Amino acid sequence: MNRLLPYPLLIVSIVVMWLALTRFSVGQLLLGAGVALVAAQGLAALRPSTPRLRRWDLIPKLIGIVLLDIVRSNIAVARLILSGKRAKRKSGFVAIPLELRDPMGLAVLAVIITSTPGTAWLDYSDRRGVLLLHIFDLVDESEWVDLIKTRYEYLLMEIFE
Amino acid sequence: MSVEYDIPLWIALPVSAFLLIGAFLTLTGTIGLIRLRIFYDRLHAPTLGSSWGTGAIVIASMILFSYLESRPVVHEILIGIFVTVTTPVTFMLLGRAALYRDRSEGSPLVPPMDVAPPPSKETTAEPAS
Repeated sequence: MNRLLPYPLLIVSIVVMWLALTRFSVGQLLLGAGVALVAAQGLAALRPSTPRLRRWDLIPKLIGIVLLDIVRSNIAVARLILSGKRAKRKSGFVAIPLELRDPMGLAVLAVIITSTPGTAWLDYSDRRGVLLLHIFDLVDESEWVDLIKTRYEYLLMEIFE
Repeated sequence: MSVEYDIPLWIALPVSAFLLIGAFLTLTGTIGLIRLRIFYDRLHAPTLGSSWGTGAIVIASMILFSYLESRPVVHEILIGIFVTVTTPVTFMLLGRAALYRDRSEGSPLVPPMDVAPPPSKETTAEPAS
């Protein structure tokens, strides 16, 4: 591994972030690059394993699906809250057996599930790979299992594993 | 701060639309947080504010200030990224704390410690990889 420049993606991201927060100039570019290098060295000292991405080309697809789903579930949950028909709605827990084991993939899945209104990540059992979700509007359990697995898990497995 | 800026209609319309959507979603989430009865239900309500509530306001801000400063102003997107990446930590912490408490109290509402997975889902739907 490159000792001088560990985590090139992180370095580029920090420099871009630095330039977005300040106005572009050569001085700011150098300063941002310096900060990024120090940060990357710090991270390298903390965690030796580099996450590897197998399929870059699938990431835009994942982002597209997630943004669309978040819009849809925003509308659905807002409608449920405002309509106030509490008696008809039934929330509940769903246990989903996952095949995804990659820590990065699981972290991304957690971010997706949590930032989508209507689903909350509650528990994940390392040993058995079972994810426990709480669903705001639960109609059919197996539908949710299929949804999470086919829509996100397989895509994440392709990207990360 | 003066409001003497001359903002054309084609900027003002999307900016106000996104601002209203964002504010509306955040307000709805807050109402839900108060009105819902079960703790786990309440977890869902604020995510309205942390997803498109924040997102729409950030988009409105990007459009307006890109126009006013005549250059692309995109650093607001960092707010969106950081909110999205950090909220799961808090939500999972709250959810798991509640789950732990309810389980140790033996509440019938929550599933027990080791939930059995639905039978033979994996065998039928094996992925290609």
